[in-house]
Amino acid sequence: MKTEQYRIIEKSSFNDFINSLIASQKVIGPVYKGFNNYTFEEIKSAQEMSLNYIPTIIPPKKYFMPQKETILEFDTKETLHVEPVSEYEELILFGVHTCDIAGLRCLNVVLSDEPKDISYLIRKRYITIIGLECNAYCDEYASCSFVGAHVPTTGYDLMFTDLGDYFIVHIHSSKGMDIVKQANIFKPADNYDFEALKALREKKDRIFNNEVPTERRYLPDLIDRSWNASVWKELEQKCLGCGNCTSVCPTCYCFDIKEDVDFTLKAGQRYRVWFSCQLDPFAKVAGGIDFRRERSARQRHRFYRKFRYHIDRYGMFFCTGCGRCSRTCMAKINLKEVLTALIKESETKIWRKWL
Amino acid sequence: MEKVVIKKSPYNVKKARIIDIKQLTEKEKLFRVILEDNSWLDYEPGQFIMVSLMGIGEIPISICSSPLNRDYFEICVRAVGKVTESMHRLNVGEIIGIRGPYGKGFPIRMIEAHDLLIIAGGLGLAPLRSLILYAIDNRRDFGEIHILFGCKTPEELLFSDEIEEWGRRLDLHFACTVDRADPDWKGNIGLITSLIPGVDIDPIRTYAAVVGPPIMYKFVIKELLAKGLPVDQILLSFERHMKCGMGKCGRCQIQNLYCCKDGPVFTFKEIMDMAEAL
Repeated sequence: MKTEQYRIIEKSSFNDFINSLIASQKVIGPVYKGFNNYTFEEIKSAQEMSLNYIPTIIPPKKYFMPQKETILEFDTKETLHVEPVSEYEELILFGVHTCDIAGLRCLNVVLSDEPKDISYLIRKRYITIIGLECNAYCDEYASCSFVGAHVPTTGYDLMFTDLGDYFIVHIHSSKGMDIVKQANIFKPADNYDFEALKALREKKDRIFNNEVPTERRYLPDLIDRSWNASVWKELEQKCLGCGNCTSVCPTCYCFDIKEDVDFTLKAGQRYRVWFSCQLDPFAKVAGGIDFRRERSARQRHRFYRKFRYHIDRYGMFFCTGCGRCSRTCMAKINLKEVLTALIKESETKIWRKWL
Repeated sequence: MEKVVIKKSPYNVKKARIIDIKQLTEKEKLFRVILEDNSWLDYEPGQFIMVSLMGIGEIPISICSSPLNRDYFEICVRAVGKVTESMHRLNVGEIIGIRGPYGKGFPIRMIEAHDLLIIAGGLGLAPLRSLILYAIDNRRDFGEIHILFGCKTPEELLFSDEIEEWGRRLDLHFACTVDRADPDWKGNIGLITSLIPGVDIDPIRTYAAVVGPPIMYKFVIKELLAKGLPVDQILLSFERHMKCGMGKCGRCQIQNLYCCKDGPVFTFKEIMDMAEAL
């Protein structure tokens, strides 16, 4: 812990700080929308934000990889004219939870991989991330400690941790340092604050327990053994194939490419839109052949993609434990329950081998 | 919201001009294409490009000419969808957009100095033609070359002139079969698998390259294994819907592999334990 990287800010000065940010830049924060729903949207004053929020409907991924994004503009009037474009905006994302920061890290790994997604890299440069640590579980759907996304590690410019009357703030980048310097209301942190932070994290270790009855390190192996599990067949009966789970997932990045033309039928845009492996046309090829026709195969693909395939490819889980997929599922498919069922089925198989 | 033009965007397309169009069959046309800036497309047999008709769409198509030909490249297009049907309405001189080449083609450096057994089903001959022409251009670098080609009916035979010439050549073995013949057909009748047992090869010295419709692979592989071909000497090229061609959009994912980036050519060894591959 580098002590000079920490500051504190009294809660009484917090609103002033946010309002000073708003005065200089566009600030995005969590806003309550009713019925226990929250969204990230632009805020015009500190009071609009709900700092005690459960994961928003759509993760902050939408600012890095918009649902619909123009990639080319073209004009075919005389000769073909194509212009690759990118849109970006200078933003401060305030109050991002550690699970969503983990999600942005996943997105970053994929889109920075060769060939680089330049639009994403440009947008990323103009977005400042200010995190907000959770001191307690948001609700029963969360499994952030299982995947190790419940404590801040990296992926932010500043991280706010609530220590009662004040926040302790970790400065993780020079961009973050500039904000702190400019605001001029942050005080240096001393030993008492570090002790308080340490105590909080120790308490968190006790409350945030593995939400799935196994350890993270055993999961890839478990998933490997589960290709033919009956759990997938059970999901087949439940899943409606609506794709909600993937459209709210902070680590899903699959997309389709489409285009529109204007009324002259000569000029238009090519754009990409979020797409989902849970939807019927996703894995279809010529001749109507579908390599994942059954919904069980599509659900299995989703779980393998979260917990197995990307371990091989990028060395990390592509689940942040945010619980959005389970919270939003119309058929009440619950990620933690599915993993637990896989563990049980796998255990029975292992026991049978010994008996 | 600020908007910037990024010339280096991976989605940017190069302009390419159609210089010749040949009707191969009722449904397939061969397009001969050059890049507008007169640069050449540097590709390996088995690689593909993304072809754009602006306002209509973009699709992956494998390149079917010899990579040693620096004057032009060729793509064989079957009219089956929105983009391909529109392509069939294009004329010589018109401009299309392309990006690529993408993917891993046939591992030429590994295949060279070996015997080559090429097995093509229907439109699968298109990507394999690139390999065949390369092997013919570099004939002395390869051992025996066997080409087996099968399609449903004699009318669907692709590159019929070239096929005839391959049949006449003394430095390669060519056999062709159709599932259903017409009265004029003088060649073999039957599935492509029926040709394999009769081919005289030394399995240890042979690389097999197989491209065809999904249904064909399982049966062909079975015959090749029966012949004694090692699993890492069976090369397969897969078709999937690819939207980006760069391992991002997820459409062509086969378990932890991306068909566009890790393929489209795989050895049988790489995918033999993978469900959803075949």
